[in-house]
Amino acid sequence: MEKFIEHDGIAAPLLRINVDTDAIIPSRELKRVSKEGFGEGLFAGWRYVAQDSREPNPDFVLNKPQYQGASILLAGVNFGCGSSREHAVWALKEFGIRSVIAPSFGAIFYNNCIRNGLLPIVLSDDIVSELATQVEQQVEQDPPSRLIHIDLHQGLVTAPNGDTYAFDIDPGPRDMLLNGLDMIGLTLQHKAEIDAFQKQDRERRPWIYAVPNS
Amino acid sequence: MPKTLFEKLWNQHVVASLEDGTDLIYIDRIFLHERMGTISLKSIEVEGRRIRNPEHVFATMDHIVDTFPGRNDETLMPSGKHFIQAMRQSAIHAGIQLFDLNDPRQGIVHVVSPEQGIALPGVTLVCPDSHTCTLGGLGALAWGIGSTEAEHALVTKTLRVSRPKIMRVRFDGGLSRGVYSKDMILHLIGTYSATGAAGYAIEFAGKAIGDLSIEARLTLCNMAVEFSAFTAIIAPDDKTIDYVKGRPFAPTGQAWDQAVAYWQGLTSDHDAVFDNEIVIDTADIDPMVTWGNSPQHAIPITGQVPNPSKAKDQNTRKSMVRALDYMDLKPGTAMTDLKIDAAFIGSCTNSRLSDLRIAAGILKGRKVTEGIKAICVPGSTQVKQAAEAEGLDRVFEQAGFEWRESGCSMCFFAGGESFGYQERVITSTNRNFESRQGPETRSHLASPATVAASAIAGRIADPREYLQ
Repeated sequence: MEKFIEHDGIAAPLLRINVDTDAIIPSRELKRVSKEGFGEGLFAGWRYVAQDSREPNPDFVLNKPQYQGASILLAGVNFGCGSSREHAVWALKEFGIRSVIAPSFGAIFYNNCIRNGLLPIVLSDDIVSELATQVEQQVEQDPPSRLIHIDLHQGLVTAPNGDTYAFDIDPGPRDMLLNGLDMIGLTLQHKAEIDAFQKQDRERRPWIYAVPNS
Repeated sequence: MPKTLFEKLWNQHVVASLEDGTDLIYIDRIFLHERMGTISLKSIEVEGRRIRNPEHVFATMDHIVDTFPGRNDETLMPSGKHFIQAMRQSAIHAGIQLFDLNDPRQGIVHVVSPEQGIALPGVTLVCPDSHTCTLGGLGALAWGIGSTEAEHALVTKTLRVSRPKIMRVRFDGGLSRGVYSKDMILHLIGTYSATGAAGYAIEFAGKAIGDLSIEARLTLCNMAVEFSAFTAIIAPDDKTIDYVKGRPFAPTGQAWDQAVAYWQGLTSDHDAVFDNEIVIDTADIDPMVTWGNSPQHAIPITGQVPNPSKAKDQNTRKSMVRALDYMDLKPGTAMTDLKIDAAFIGSCTNSRLSDLRIAAGILKGRKVTEGIKAICVPGSTQVKQAAEAEGLDRVFEQAGFEWRESGCSMCFFAGGESFGYQERVITSTNRNFESRQGPETRSHLASPATVAASAIAGRIADPREYLQ
């Protein structure tokens, strides 16, 4: 998995609340038995002028010239709620988004981000709004002024004006992202404990292991 | 120290407490479906890994299959056939039980797993589908995951999880006529918002919960994810044990007796401490319906489209304005004045036999208003057959409903069949998101009774006017 340590990027504000994973990538875009090929479907319902078209909707934030190359999304409460489809994260990632900053996230989406090297940052509504305001106000200036700096080691977000905001993240997800860990490989190191648990559990709950082969 | 039911089940499944603060939780059962499961299985094959206990893994075809009579691998969804055929191949390769298209056990994953006795009280069960929380209705500790986590569970028989906080939601009192568990959960989310349970697992408790049938409990727990909960659970009782007994994959003989003895101990201690508690007087709940694009936009059916100027903050106001525009509604309009184009009964929320019986009770001897597309999709092949044995299919068809094969169907639009552009749909499903059921389709969530009543009235209708 791709590591996340530090990142500088253009931030695009999409502050709608309750943006669900159907909106991040509609079901009709999930056409491949694959983890790849979903970047084009990102926000398809909002990003293009019509459902079957790929003509950009000029009003959608990610289509605006000033946000070309955006790699950070500033989002509203409950971002990524709804369906568990991991395609939402794959689509964001393939589009180039490395981090989403929001007051809260859908729980399954949050876990999916961690497992794909995309950093979900929880900051208060006020701070996310402040970051969005700064980004929007500086739209006329050079692109670097819209840059937000993220340092996962220190747990800090630096706004375009230099203000810094500390964020919390649990140590487990933090380690996974910082080290780009293969979680399956890591968990298999606990094989002896899993074996021992299962052996004991067979005694304790035999009905779990007596599965009819009908 | 006194413990909640959730803590007991959690602790019993901890293989190891890891240095990173998460627990390695043992997973008893894994259920897959053709849309997400296929990707997990393929990835495991590519990585050259093995499923640890394939006998504990099950799969069904529900998300992509068509629901027309005489269906086959060809679907209206572009490339849907690839998913169906890849699932079949991977299931054989992995040695897992698949309930294929023509299997009498096929159906929507969260309808099938209780029906087959795969979900049991006290088991941990995961599935790459957000509505896996449904199974809390049986007293299972079940939650939805992504496909990468599904790979982890398949290969290691465990997941790394941080324990959520625990909230009790008590529904005290009786339910009024025409009010169902769907209305209870819509009332809860409408009152406490779509993020009301963020960071929590919920235990539903109280007199009203004990009074609910198992199927109604499954409906209640189904929408816990719409409340942002990690999952929901209801302590198993005699009804649960009666429900499970004799199901194909349920324990038998001595194993059954051992299981029952264990299940009877699955309750929160009377002095257990919850991190949070909500108490609701169930008698106050009316039939509910949503007006907007979030399940939190739920109001009593006797209510009016709300006014955004009364919103508590700017972001909420903006989202309400956006939802009013999308739904083409004006504040102050009575919900029961809204004409509908379509009516849908189906989905993992409300497609079980009891749901179909309630809807049929209203439809019997009546006709759907002309011009309304009305569809009933039973939750499983078994539900369909049981309903047909009672003659419910004829009630639906004589009223003007289409009667389909089982599947997730038009709960979501996957590029195949859908409701039409900007059509207004009254639906027994769980999500009223923008374009969820079709291109710019306007979805109003409600109970099957309300859907049936509305189909007859041609507008959103109070089911109490149609109950005998």
